[in-house]
Amino acid sequence: MIEKKVIPEAVPFKFSQKLKNILYIAAVVGLLALVWGIFVDKAPSARIWANVWLNSLIFLFIGLGSLFFWAVNTLGESGWQTSFQRVLEAMGQTIPFAAILLLMALPGMKDLFEWTHTDHLDEILQSKTAYLNIPFWLIRFAVYFAGWWFFANRLRKISIKNDLEPTENFLKRIRSTAGWFMVFFAVTSSMSAWDWLMSIDAHWFSTLYGWYTFSSMFVLALAVIILITIAFKKYNILPHIRDEHLHDLGKYLFGFSIFWAYLWISQYLLIWYSNIPEETHYFVERTENFNELFYLNVLINFLVPFLALMTRGAKRQPLYLAVIACVLIAGHWLDIYLAIMPGVVGHEEAKIGVLEIGLPFFYFAAFLWIFFISFGKAKATPENHPYFKESFDYENI
Amino acid sequence: MGAIVYGYFTDELDLLHGIKELQEKGISIEDVRTPFPVHGLDSVLKLRRSHLPKVAFLAGIVGLTIGMGFQIWVFTKGWPLNFGGKPYMSIPSFIPVAFELTVLFAAYTMGISFLVRSKLGPGQIPDILDEKVTDDHFQIILSEEKNKMNNEELSAALAATGALDVKLLKGEQ
Repeated sequence: MIEKKVIPEAVPFKFSQKLKNILYIAAVVGLLALVWGIFVDKAPSARIWANVWLNSLIFLFIGLGSLFFWAVNTLGESGWQTSFQRVLEAMGQTIPFAAILLLMALPGMKDLFEWTHTDHLDEILQSKTAYLNIPFWLIRFAVYFAGWWFFANRLRKISIKNDLEPTENFLKRIRSTAGWFMVFFAVTSSMSAWDWLMSIDAHWFSTLYGWYTFSSMFVLALAVIILITIAFKKYNILPHIRDEHLHDLGKYLFGFSIFWAYLWISQYLLIWYSNIPEETHYFVERTENFNELFYLNVLINFLVPFLALMTRGAKRQPLYLAVIACVLIAGHWLDIYLAIMPGVVGHEEAKIGVLEIGLPFFYFAAFLWIFFISFGKAKATPENHPYFKESFDYENI
Repeated sequence: MGAIVYGYFTDELDLLHGIKELQEKGISIEDVRTPFPVHGLDSVLKLRRSHLPKVAFLAGIVGLTIGMGFQIWVFTKGWPLNFGGKPYMSIPSFIPVAFELTVLFAAYTMGISFLVRSKLGPGQIPDILDEKVTDDHFQIILSEEKNKMNNEELSAALAATGALDVKLLKGEQ
C-alpha cells in the first residue's frame, strides 16, 4: 500500500513571457555563435554545414526518440508512461520542423556528402550510385519524414480525441497505430542513419550502424524527457510525477547507455579484429586524429552513466538525475560530432570552438519553443486514458 | 521457538489491510509469506533494503579483475601467442571475456548468497507451514513471544482482520 502524500494542485501550463525571453536569448546566443563562426572565426564552409547538420540531426533525434519511447510503451501495454504522455506527444510534434532544419542544410550537401560529386576514378563510390544519388536520397528523405509525421500526428490525434469523447476502442486504435509505427520505424531508423550519417564516409560501411545511431538517438531523447519531466514536476505542471517515475526513466537511461556501449564495442571490436584496411580506415582516422575525443566519448556515454546511475537512490534523486541527463546530452552530441566531423571537415579544420559550443543553444531553444506550444495546446495529462489512474499509483520493488 | 499463530489471505490487498490492522493494534508481525513479491509489503513491514545489489557489484568487480588479470597474464607472461599480428597486450580482445566473467561472478554470487541468506538450497528442509503459500495464499505469522499476548488473543486479532483458517502451532520447548 502506498502512503498517500498530499499532491499539490496541478498548475495549468502557460508559455509565459519570461520563458519566451529565456528561449529568445538562447536562440540569439546560438545565432551569434553561427555569425561568429562565419565572420570572425572564418570557418571553412564544410565546418559550418557540418555543424548545422549535426545540430539538426540532434533536434530530430530528440523528437523521434520520444515518439519511439511512447510507441514502445504503448505496445508493451505499460501504464506508467501515461502520467507524462503529453510530454512525449508534444516532443513528437517537433518532427516536421526537424525536416525544415535538415532541408536548410541542403545547400551544403556538396560539403557534407562526398558521394554527391563522385568522379569516375572512384570505383567504390561509382558502384554505390544506384542507392547514393541525389534524387533517390531526396525521395527517401521525403518518405521518412512523411511516415514519421503521419504517425506522430495520428497518435497525437487519437490521444487528444480521447480527452473529449472517450471511446471503447481507444486502446485498440492507439496500439495498432503504434505497432505500424514500429514496423516503419524499424526500417527507416536504420536507413536514415545510412543516408544521413554513414554516407558521409561513403567508402566505408558498417552493418550495425543503424542500431548504433538508434541507441544514441534513444539516449538523447530519454535525457531530454527526464529533464522536462523533472522541470514540470518542480513547477507543479505534472505534480503527480513521483520518484517512481524518475526511477523508471533512470533505469531506461542506464540501460540504454549500456546498450549504446554494447553496440559501440561490437562495431569497434569486429573491425579491429578483422583488420581490413577498407573497414579500419574509419577508426584509424578517429583514433589517430581525434584521439582524446574518441576515448572521451566512451568515458562519458558509458562509464559515467554506468557508475553514476547504478544505485537505486541515484535514479530517484531528481537533481542528480538531471545532471547525469545533461552530461549524456553532451556525450551523445559528441558521439554524433565524431560521426560527422572527421568525414566532412577533416582533422585539420575540425575543432570544438565558439561555433560548436554556441550553435546547439539555438536548436535547443527552437526545440523547446515548438514543444511548449504543442504542449500548451492539449491538457497536461491524458485523463481519460484507461491506464491513467494506475500510472501514478505504483511502486518499484 | 515459542508458539505461533498463522492464518492466510487469498488476496494481496486484503493481506496489506490485515497487516495494517494488526500493526494498529500494536501487534508485531513475525513473518509474512507470499507466493510472489507483493508491492508495498516491504515498506509496510518496515524491512531494510536487501544488500544483494552491493554483493552483486563487489562480485562483478572481482569477476572483472580476475577476467582482465588472467588474460593479461596469459597473453603477456604465461603463454604469449601471436594472433594476426596483434600486440600481445590487446585490451579490446580481452573485453568480451572480462565482461562474461563479470556477469558470471555477479550472477552466481547473487544466487548463492540468496540461497545462503534465506536458508534454501539442496539438503535444506524448508519450514513451510502450508504449501499453499507457494501457490496462491498469503500467510501472516504471529509469534506469541514477541507480542506479550496469549494465543487466544492473537488468534482472535488475526481472525478479526479477515484471515482464513487461523491455526495455532505449539513450539517445541
